[in-house]
Amino acid sequence: MEVYLDNCATTKPREEVIDEINFMLKKSYGNPSSLHRLGFNAEKKVEESREIISGFLNVNNDEIYFTSGGTESNNIAIQGLVNKNKKRGNHIITTEIEHPSVLNIFKYYESKGFDITYLKVDRFGFIDLNELEKSIKDSTILISIMLVNNEIGTIEPVGEIRKILDKKASNAYIHLDGIQALGKIPLELNKWSIDTFSFSGHKIHGPKGIGGLYIRKGTNISPIIYGGNQEREIRSGTENTLGIVGMGKAVEIVKNNFNKENKYVRELKNYMHEKIMTNIPEIKVNSLLDESFSPYILNISFLGVRGEVLLHYLENKGIYVSTGSACSSHGKGKSHVLKAIGLNNNEIEGAIRFSLSHLNTKNDINYVVEELKKSVEDIRQITMR
Amino acid sequence: MDKVISVSLGEIALKGLNRGYFEGKLIRQIKNMTKNLGAPNIYKGQGKIYIEADEVYFEQIINKLKKVFGIVYISPCIRIEKDFESIEKGAINAFKEVLERENIKTFKVETRRVDKNYPFKSPEISRRIGGTILKNFQDIKVDVHNPEVYLYIDIKDKCYIYTEKIKAYGGLPIGTNGEGLLLLSGGIDSPVAGFMMAKRGVKLNAIHFHSYPFTSERAEEKVKNLATIMTRYCGNILFYSINILDIQKEINAKCPEDEMTILSRRFMMRISEKIAEKKNINALITGENLGQVASQTIQGIHVVNSSVKMPILRPLIGFDKVQIIDIAKEIETYETSILPYEDCCTVFLPKHPVTRPKLGDIEESEKNLDIEFLVNRVIENMEYSVIRGK
Repeated sequence: MEVYLDNCATTKPREEVIDEINFMLKKSYGNPSSLHRLGFNAEKKVEESREIISGFLNVNNDEIYFTSGGTESNNIAIQGLVNKNKKRGNHIITTEIEHPSVLNIFKYYESKGFDITYLKVDRFGFIDLNELEKSIKDSTILISIMLVNNEIGTIEPVGEIRKILDKKASNAYIHLDGIQALGKIPLELNKWSIDTFSFSGHKIHGPKGIGGLYIRKGTNISPIIYGGNQEREIRSGTENTLGIVGMGKAVEIVKNNFNKENKYVRELKNYMHEKIMTNIPEIKVNSLLDESFSPYILNISFLGVRGEVLLHYLENKGIYVSTGSACSSHGKGKSHVLKAIGLNNNEIEGAIRFSLSHLNTKNDINYVVEELKKSVEDIRQITMR
Repeated sequence: MDKVISVSLGEIALKGLNRGYFEGKLIRQIKNMTKNLGAPNIYKGQGKIYIEADEVYFEQIINKLKKVFGIVYISPCIRIEKDFESIEKGAINAFKEVLERENIKTFKVETRRVDKNYPFKSPEISRRIGGTILKNFQDIKVDVHNPEVYLYIDIKDKCYIYTEKIKAYGGLPIGTNGEGLLLLSGGIDSPVAGFMMAKRGVKLNAIHFHSYPFTSERAEEKVKNLATIMTRYCGNILFYSINILDIQKEINAKCPEDEMTILSRRFMMRISEKIAEKKNINALITGENLGQVASQTIQGIHVVNSSVKMPILRPLIGFDKVQIIDIAKEIETYETSILPYEDCCTVFLPKHPVTRPKLGDIEESEKNLDIEFLVNRVIENMEYSVIRGK
């Protein structure tokens, strides 16, 4: 039996996505910039995808830009906004629990002498809006916040940020890292009145190597990649037509199934939580179950167990999970997110992130919890003598 | 006039009656390593081995030869007939090449006359060819004490002229000193230990112990990558992979915590010996050096040695860590060794391991374990593969 519960790392592409990519490779391989029909047909496919995505996000077509993925989208948004607006000020704000593709840009600007505020979070990863309000200065030009945290699933209250900025009469831009949010929680980019929003194809059962960026019309931003001026000069380079069309297909499907899938996965998360709570003692649940958290992420610390050992036990049973996040399990360091929410070492070392998808079933979860129980008992017996 | 590569043999030349055997092994290895480089013809020539290859492959062949044990130095040569006129022409050509390569002012000719029937004696040939060079090149002087370049002339069936002696590792050809089973971990030391023994002519096999799922598959892959790097020197390596988690669990449950490491080491030796005996391997090899970690004390070594009859070779026993690191860098295993994947030793590492174990105590603790059963079971589940050079 194989149960894939690492959907925050990446997801299995949908069949329809694979078919679409196949078609692009075999039949529609033209360069959208070419003047002939083959190029024109490819361009039409790219623009169709743009329409699907802008429709899903309820924004304008020409506010969607294609990139090579989430990391590049975050880089274009943050660097593009800072470089263009640094004359207005040098203060930028983010949180302690961002993805490295945001945090490391901020570290870079910090080394260049920028004034940085890293907002603290509470024990479930929420920022404090009062702290945010206090940290805004005349020199603040950008606030960058991750909408859904990739390790524990916190949904930040981003709807409030614009109100706070208005109250302080600030012109700062708002960038949302939406990579774990697209297709997973309801989005209201217009209502929130944010300026940029990044997303990725392979987190929503689309292909890897493709992402996108929403940039609100009129946003003062400069490119960070120069070349043939594709994507209205924001992202030069021949369009990744396979990726774009694949991602477009993935968004189309998620759009048509959003309510159904969302409700289903939330029930599954609750079910899994319940099952683990009743079957395995000495655990600490690091995610909340209500609407303030993504239904797709359940993070739990198994005390007295090394997460990586448990991960390998489970992989032996065909169950795939993550410790912290895929990126931090390579490095030796402990997850900065789990540190920031105040977990002790024991809780950090034992933390496992289960990230669900609509493909998982209750049957899967029964199997997982059964194996989880056995593995945790076995490991505890060895290491806690 | 054409070009060949000559290979000088160090200790092999001292091996008297066995010389043919050693040379034969070496020629086979060179053949094997160069078969994709134009499959050169290789022949013995009165004390040296010569390689007739297409000149476009010279650089690649020389790089390979540098890693063949038993070779002391390598020289690209001009090969000519041995009449004096040809030698003069050859010498002029060789010297021209030197001047294209580097800006030198002084030289010395050194002649070895293997063909004792040759009409001139060695010093006379050197003197005459020295004169030829002086006549043909300007601003050049002879310096017999400290020349910037030597022009070597070997007179055999043919005459060989060369100006470079590219250093190789020396040692003895692989396989001329039996077979060893190297306990290969992911660390810095064990690949170096394997290199040292291979350099003395030992054909290497490797055994790796892991504790999956307490260790990751990536950690094992790293060890295989180390073995792959070692094949550049050692040839193909038979790689045994053993999961000793069951044994560690058993020790963990039934023996004192501070003896975990030393008891595990004894099991590793027993398992290695058993496999080695089955495969006609003559010795075990480890990267231990005295005092580096708690188990590497003289008492610890005694207790580990007592678990097997087979000799355990520890070529690094007297080395400092910096010396080991220097060699690891030289043989290109260092960068891989320091990648941060845990090997099995760290998972069950006791907080305060016993540093001066007494054989009696350890044997007493082992009475709680069914040693033969445990050893046989992990061997039954072992995996093996051949690590081939790339």
